[in-house]
Amino acid sequence: MSSSVSFDPRVLKTPHPVPGAPDNWKRFFSFNTDAKVIGIQYIATALFYLLVGGVLAMIMRGELITPPADLVDPSVYNGLYTMHGTVMLFLFLFPILNGFNNLLIPPMIGAPDMAFPRLNAAAFWLFPVFGVILMASFLVPGGPSGSGWWAYPPQSIQNPLGHFVNGQFLWILAVALSGISSIMGAINFVTTIIRMRAPGMGWFRLPIFCWTAMAAQTIQLVGLPVLTAGAVLLLFDLSFSTSFYRPEGGGDPMLYQHFFWFYSHPAVYVMVLPVFGIFSELFPVYARKPLFGYKVVAIASFGITVLSLIVWVHHMFYSGTPQWMRNLFMVTTMLIAVPTGIKVFAWIATLWRGKLRLTTAMLFCLGGLVNFIFAGITGVMLATVPVDIHVGNTYFVVGHFHTVIFSTITFGVYAGIYHWFPKFTGRMTYEGLGKLHFALTFVGAQLNFIPMHWAGLMGMPRRVASYDPEFAFANVLASLGAFLLGVAMIPFILNIVSSWARGPKAPPNPWQAIGLEWLLPSPPPAENFEDDVPTVISGPYGYGLNKPLVENEAHYVARALEA
Amino acid sequence: MTLSSPLPADDPAAASGSHHGHANHTLTGFVIFLLSESVIFLALFAGYAVFKMSSPVWLPAGVEGLEIREPLLNTVVLVSSSGVAWLAERCLKRQQLVGFRLWWLLTMAMGSFFVYGQAVEWLHLGFGLGDGIFGSTFYVLTGFHGLHVITGILLMGLMLQRSFRPGNYDQGETGVVAVSLFWHFVDVIWIVLFVLIYVWQRS
Repeated sequence: MSSSVSFDPRVLKTPHPVPGAPDNWKRFFSFNTDAKVIGIQYIATALFYLLVGGVLAMIMRGELITPPADLVDPSVYNGLYTMHGTVMLFLFLFPILNGFNNLLIPPMIGAPDMAFPRLNAAAFWLFPVFGVILMASFLVPGGPSGSGWWAYPPQSIQNPLGHFVNGQFLWILAVALSGISSIMGAINFVTTIIRMRAPGMGWFRLPIFCWTAMAAQTIQLVGLPVLTAGAVLLLFDLSFSTSFYRPEGGGDPMLYQHFFWFYSHPAVYVMVLPVFGIFSELFPVYARKPLFGYKVVAIASFGITVLSLIVWVHHMFYSGTPQWMRNLFMVTTMLIAVPTGIKVFAWIATLWRGKLRLTTAMLFCLGGLVNFIFAGITGVMLATVPVDIHVGNTYFVVGHFHTVIFSTITFGVYAGIYHWFPKFTGRMTYEGLGKLHFALTFVGAQLNFIPMHWAGLMGMPRRVASYDPEFAFANVLASLGAFLLGVAMIPFILNIVSSWARGPKAPPNPWQAIGLEWLLPSPPPAENFEDDVPTVISGPYGYGLNKPLVENEAHYVARALEA
Repeated sequence: MTLSSPLPADDPAAASGSHHGHANHTLTGFVIFLLSESVIFLALFAGYAVFKMSSPVWLPAGVEGLEIREPLLNTVVLVSSSGVAWLAERCLKRQQLVGFRLWWLLTMAMGSFFVYGQAVEWLHLGFGLGDGIFGSTFYVLTGFHGLHVITGILLMGLMLQRSFRPGNYDQGETGVVAVSLFWHFVDVIWIVLFVLIYVWQRS
């Protein structure tokens, strides 16, 4: 009599209009439990915040184009870089990748929706809430927090104006809420992948994107509680006179650095792992070859997860950390290069002698891969204690992490948008505009971030509004690069908006890709496969092998074409 | 009234990997949530231990040390309430709805006793949240745990109310299993917390 416990599929059979169809735009402004609608809500809101964070960056680069602090006041500059970092990480990258998870995980594993649709919607709606809370810090007395996105005490627990609601207070509140929302999301994604795979989809038939999403969300589950706890203690210190981080009361500001970096270093893997997933999905499609070393690539994702949780102290090499601890964390940090290198070589081997199709999505993947190799090398440099002590507080670090976060992760995000846009909106994007977007972004990114490395090696400190004239040339180049990146957004926005409104209709499988999501019509119906879930009979990435992915594949192909 | 076991193995739909094991999703998700919660407590415990071991004098001036007798009684009540919750769950599995409600109410009462005891203790302590690192860690740790106890009692109330709904109590059963798990978790956390704060007072 187990039927009473089991889930009745008829409950879901309310006549939903198709999520991506142009006449349904009002759905994206509603409290909706459909993962596809939530996914697009996440992505659209996150892209809005990309523009906000980008405008803040433009103002900063405008300030830095000349050596003196003449455009904005240094204290305003502090607020600008704090908000730029926070917006880009907590309001752009984490949410947009959650958007990808929502769109891709259920169709890729043949599930109708997430395991907990209402939790999913609740997690999404926290996002605009903490977005508004963070943005409100521009309006409170004293302006936004100026202690950087890392918010180290004692700077972050000072409250010179004495207002209870100040920029720092709102910052902590927003970060804690974002932590709660992400934990809710992580529980949902992990449960969905564990519990809701289609029949026949064993662990080693799972698309790499789902593997990397699992690995990334595992980091969220272990790391985020620590950051959230650290942020709540910071809030208590700031507002309720506790002494966790106050030396005069017996507390220790270093504790915060441990709490913060225990999560915030792995956070980069939370963002980069799904992008590795996107690379692993796209290279086989556009090179027409199976993914090289599928199992190793899958397992390497969890290798990165485990190692990422024991590297945080490398951010504290110059914070009075004892030498033995520095050496230990230098080694663990460098070890991350092993699973990461495995992936890079697997992608190169996949591309090797492939029949490459240089679509916009593929160009962003290739560009992202090249940039990532560069960022990986500078990353290993920074892991070595002596180099890090020399350049740790210079623009070299700024250049390094922008190469990771923009030139790799955001490139992967763009690649994913161009690749899956036809599937979820039912419309093709314009390749010409896409390639213009890629060209401007690629050139802009190099022009922006390479001179930062150079200025840093020469000794330009980070977090400053004015600098020595000897760094002027590098900064002019970097600022021009940043403005080019701003210009690059124009063809992108134009492309996305006009294709969605009037683009050519997309076939179910425009890239001839292999995967359950490509057996669905474009855009997919509300419950993906409804009650006709296919049985998976072979692994993913069977390019050139002529093996069907699912039982009775012709039936699903025909049905997708009909719809 | 038919009741079925929430164990995953008894649900062939879930075992075959289709999407129809909704109760199992809830429990899987809930266990993942508890693992994540335990990391918060681990971080706070680690912070406490580091502070205690690195401070030259533990316990602020004017504090004699914490009274251990009443917290010990509180501990005994809370830990045994886990057993009572287990009895309630067993009754539910045997379809003895009245027994379930009685044991469940007793669990709630014991939890409330614990909260009451802690409130009384807080009112009589000679130090506050602002009294240095000891005050800060003591109130935040016990307060955060107390918040979990109160949440547990509220969730139990919800499950109790659900058990009075007419018809099938299957969905409620998954909830009861989840809330019991939460309750055992809160207990284990308290045992660690009790040892850390009350037993290990002087180094």
